[in-house]
Amino acid sequence: MTDNNFEPTIIGFTCNWCSYRAADLAGTARMKYAPNVRLIRMMCSGRLDPTFVLRALSGGADGVMITGCHPGECHYIEQNYKALRRFHLLRRVLAGLGIEPERVKLVWASAAEGAKFAAETTAFVEEIRKLGPLGWGKGEEKDEGGRIKDEDSSFITHPSSFGEEVSA
Amino acid sequence: MTAKPKFAMYWAASCGGCEIAVLNTHEKILDVDANFDVVFWPVAMDAKYKDVEAMEDGSILLTLFNGSIRNDENERLAKLLRQKSKLLVAFGSCACEGCIPGLANLSPVGDIVHTAFNTITTDNPHGIYPRTSFDVPEGELHIPTLAKVVRPLEQVVDVDYFMPGCPPESHQIAAVIDLVIKVVKGEAELPPKGATIGVGDSTVCDECPRARNVKLIKEFTRIQDIAPVDPTLCILEQGVPCNGPATRSGCNARCPQAGAQCIGCYGPAEGVMDYGARLITAFASVVDATTPEEIDRILDGIPDPTGQVYRFNLAGSLLKANREAWIKG
Repeated sequence: MTDNNFEPTIIGFTCNWCSYRAADLAGTARMKYAPNVRLIRMMCSGRLDPTFVLRALSGGADGVMITGCHPGECHYIEQNYKALRRFHLLRRVLAGLGIEPERVKLVWASAAEGAKFAAETTAFVEEIRKLGPLGWGKGEEKDEGGRIKDEDSSFITHPSSFGEEVSA
Repeated sequence: MTAKPKFAMYWAASCGGCEIAVLNTHEKILDVDANFDVVFWPVAMDAKYKDVEAMEDGSILLTLFNGSIRNDENERLAKLLRQKSKLLVAFGSCACEGCIPGLANLSPVGDIVHTAFNTITTDNPHGIYPRTSFDVPEGELHIPTLAKVVRPLEQVVDVDYFMPGCPPESHQIAAVIDLVIKVVKGEAELPPKGATIGVGDSTVCDECPRARNVKLIKEFTRIQDIAPVDPTLCILEQGVPCNGPATRSGCNARCPQAGAQCIGCYGPAEGVMDYGARLITAFASVVDATTPEEIDRILDGIPDPTGQVYRFNLAGSLLKANREAWIKG
């Protein structure tokens, strides 16, 4: 199912104090890593509302990477543990919705771990490439009012197995 | 005497509880009759779709539409009533956010039909399935065709107001009826279009009298497995997943007051973009663990996390659980 030309779109949420600096370090050290990730900096991984992840997935992202300081090293003492708990519950909910939980990844990276950040990003892009496009943000044409446009395909014609004769 | 303004109420994919909630307004229902000409209300009076079709566009002042859009008949009536109504209200959780019927979006529609007609509780030895059209000597007969996904009213037509609840509380319905009557008499003004009416502006927790301390729990459990339930302590703190933190107020915390967890029928609170995401945050914050293994052990106490956090809101959620994924399958 994997399209050879498929380039995953990844949204990455990084915390200001560790993982964004790790990304910065990877950049200043000119380390090469997959260009598929779009980073969004927030003050802390604990700021990550699961809504952001769902919004990314429903808007066309194929995967979401959440990064934060190592456990015990949070700039705000323990907020990365909150991120960890949300991440675990979010993955369970996504699995129930039919989305591979592997599409959301949590990475701890300190400000010194530019190489780790680059390697984890590249590895994640390859994992998502194997999973293929999610495509939940596509195929919904909307009209001016933001409503999903009608299409004949939105109603099923019953599969042929339903077409058996009804006994009179 | 000038003609009374016209009133309609319709049920699409719903259970009928919304209609009962309207009747539960007791004598207030007489005010509806005194102030409105009830032109269409299939559960209460005989009327044909062609009667509605014959009406002038916009001639019905107020239509309360309950139920979600499950089949093509639901959709046709939603569009028809939109065309004929000045004010279309998504009435009840099904019309607002999909409610329990919306949970069907977790399964391909073929599986749903199969389960309904071919499981151990169904006596169907010849495996007969319904057909959407059938030829008889008098012509072709049709039954409504299921849509691939359940949609809230707003995903099909333009909606003026939303009134959540499963069903909406009768005192809230009475208040809305009073307001509309005042508007008709020119004594009050309508809220802005798109408003959620007949609700509070906070969360169920805010209305709940139970005591909240520092919520940290080592185990999730089911309400029937704790006995007795502490009558004064927060239910979430007792380990039962309670949907109060994400749910809109307006019901006076009816379930928690009666000793049961909030199941979230009033939908997302003001400012909540995705109901499930808000609940994920709420539940995750009470988990008393810092290692992945311990977190997983505690979360195992919620056997159906998706159903728990999207019980009423699945079809109206950000992911809508989902169109395309099941269309492929």
